[in-house]
Amino acid sequence: MKTDTTRELLINMGPQHPATHGVLRLVLEVEGEIIKKCTPYIGYLHRGVEKLAEDLTYVQALPLTDRLDYLSSIINNVGFCLAVEKLMGINVPERAKFIRTMMSEMARICSHLVWIATHALDIGAMTVFLYAMRDREKLLEMFEMVTGARLTVSYPRIGGVRCDINDKFLEELDKFIEEFPSKVEEYETLIDRNRVWLKRTIGVGVITAEEAINWGLTGPTLRGSGVYYDVRKFFPYDAYDKVDFEVPIGKNGDVYDRYKCRMLEFRQSAKIIKQCIEKLPTGPILAEESPRIRMPSSPLKINKEDIQFEIYNDDKNAEDFIKKFTEVYASVEAPRGELGFYIVCDDSAKPYRMRVRAPSFVHAGVLPKLCEGSLIADVIANIGSIDIVLGECDR
Amino acid sequence: MMETFYIILITILKTALYFGVLMLHVAYATYAERKVIGHIQLRLGPMVVGPHGLLQPIADVIKLIFKEDIIPSNVDKKIFTIAPLISLTAALSTFAVIPVTDKWFIADINVGILYVLGILGVGTYGIIFAGWSSNSKYAFLGGLRSAAQMISYEVALAMSIVGVIIMAESFNLTEIVNRQAQYPLGMFLFPQIIGYFVFIVAMLAETNRVPFDLPEAETELVAGYFVEYSGIRFSLFYLAEYLAMFCMSALATICFWGGWTIPPFLLKIFPFLSIVPGVVWFLLKVYFHMFLFFWFRGTLPRYRYDQLMAIGWKVLIPLALFNIILTSLIKYYS
Repeated sequence: MKTDTTRELLINMGPQHPATHGVLRLVLEVEGEIIKKCTPYIGYLHRGVEKLAEDLTYVQALPLTDRLDYLSSIINNVGFCLAVEKLMGINVPERAKFIRTMMSEMARICSHLVWIATHALDIGAMTVFLYAMRDREKLLEMFEMVTGARLTVSYPRIGGVRCDINDKFLEELDKFIEEFPSKVEEYETLIDRNRVWLKRTIGVGVITAEEAINWGLTGPTLRGSGVYYDVRKFFPYDAYDKVDFEVPIGKNGDVYDRYKCRMLEFRQSAKIIKQCIEKLPTGPILAEESPRIRMPSSPLKINKEDIQFEIYNDDKNAEDFIKKFTEVYASVEAPRGELGFYIVCDDSAKPYRMRVRAPSFVHAGVLPKLCEGSLIADVIANIGSIDIVLGECDR
Repeated sequence: MMETFYIILITILKTALYFGVLMLHVAYATYAERKVIGHIQLRLGPMVVGPHGLLQPIADVIKLIFKEDIIPSNVDKKIFTIAPLISLTAALSTFAVIPVTDKWFIADINVGILYVLGILGVGTYGIIFAGWSSNSKYAFLGGLRSAAQMISYEVALAMSIVGVIIMAESFNLTEIVNRQAQYPLGMFLFPQIIGYFVFIVAMLAETNRVPFDLPEAETELVAGYFVEYSGIRFSLFYLAEYLAMFCMSALATICFWGGWTIPPFLLKIFPFLSIVPGVVWFLLKVYFHMFLFFWFRGTLPRYRYDQLMAIGWKVLIPLALFNIILTSLIKYYS
């Protein structure tokens, strides 16, 4: 005899779902609209960046890190460079440190702009999307001005940065920073004073401070729960100990607090950039002992020798550099959280093992905790609020 | 005998004309929406086809008609094909009683408002059928959401008009417009401001527009109930949605804004305005409401399903009931 049983409806959200930010796949078990179980599946964007890096020299591995979190590629580069610099004991010149800090904060604004754009679009406010993209465009143009690339810039070098910035760039950046806080207010007028937005975000996806720490959350996702932790403050790198900024923290750990944290970070980033412009010292932009990639000086006059890059230093042997440390961990505050690079060195020019501590990967794991028991629409709000980039998550 | 034939012929001709003009309006409403939202979002909207993209709607129609008609496997074919037709027919039929001026209508029936509300309710079947037959979980959820949403908001919508009916003492749409002449501004808008508010909110929910576009929530349900539809079948749903928007705008114009009449105070200041035909006023008022739809879409996020239900049952319906009681009391004692 066949008995009728009821079971939850299985919904496969992703990997090509418009709101899962890339290729995240969630399998939801729903009862009506209420989620009983949420299982994230990752790996659709796996390119084996960590394994690939083992087969490349330290300098060659740098462009790979661009492709982790492609929305803030400079910060990834800086993270990798910091690790290698620590490994080789390279001292970065002051000017390079300030340029890196400035560019990192520009990348943070860029990344947060994409976040507010998509987060608002997910919740239904599509106008913010275009407002944010308008401002991001200006930043991307400034990146292009200095580095020649807009998204995956590969701008920092081990021991400094690739090329110097000029006055025109600083002028434009200054102008942008002047008016940027008013732009942030513009986004806030559209959503922050909107009852619908508040109803959709306040009290949704709550995670307490203790739980957040236990889940290993970092970045604005952790700070939204009221935990004061920021790599820039606790383990200052580059010029972060020379600039004055605050770390905004939330209270309740819901979607709204995480949103608020990031909105306040916009202003702090602008503040940091402003200070960097003011305090920018003169001097070299690349450490002397740094292994350098010789780039073609102009695309018109390329000869074969220029295209084939070479690592060169005084004794023409990169391996000599690597003797002080055998393993090293360095982390930066990426827009999403703590981005760490752990490198094991076996005295050759290539990393024996490189491991990336990707905040998105950790944050994807907390999704079931945030979503279970809430409604389908909240899943979207939660994905937006933890702000994952699958390029970094899957590596 | 000859006379009956004559009446039928005239009605058919009228319907054909009405239909043609209406379709043109719908086509250009899509254009207007894209332009309005474009400008809200610092874009230009369609600009390529024709001057300022004026031929864009026509290009869209051609594209939709010539697209391949895809029926996914394992769908309930009969219901799948019939669902968009139900939605469209229901949306189109409402216009049979909507008067454009005091002389221009297809049918002037005594229970015009009831007819419009009833027929709009039938349109929900199209959405539920589409969601059910599509063999897709997203469409299914969209269909379910829409069923719940439309049923609860239809109550609020109907109750918001009761105040108007009490004041006009008639269900006839032409009569309702004529009655408004004796009120300030020549409209029921201010005596019935609560009713109007409830009507506007319920109108958005009833037509599945932002901030109540849950049945087709792009980011949650991809496209909701019509996720499996493409080509001409999709465009029928699209048409039905815009027709419903027009119908709601026309209803708001007739019930609250004095239809085709000129606001008397305007006429006092600018007496020459009396030469403007009523249909122009009617269209102006209708397009004001259409603009409201576009404006909301450009600015508001989307409500969540449970919040939508709470607003419908806990806010709008009590408000509408209060409005009915208030109107009745005033009517009784004056």
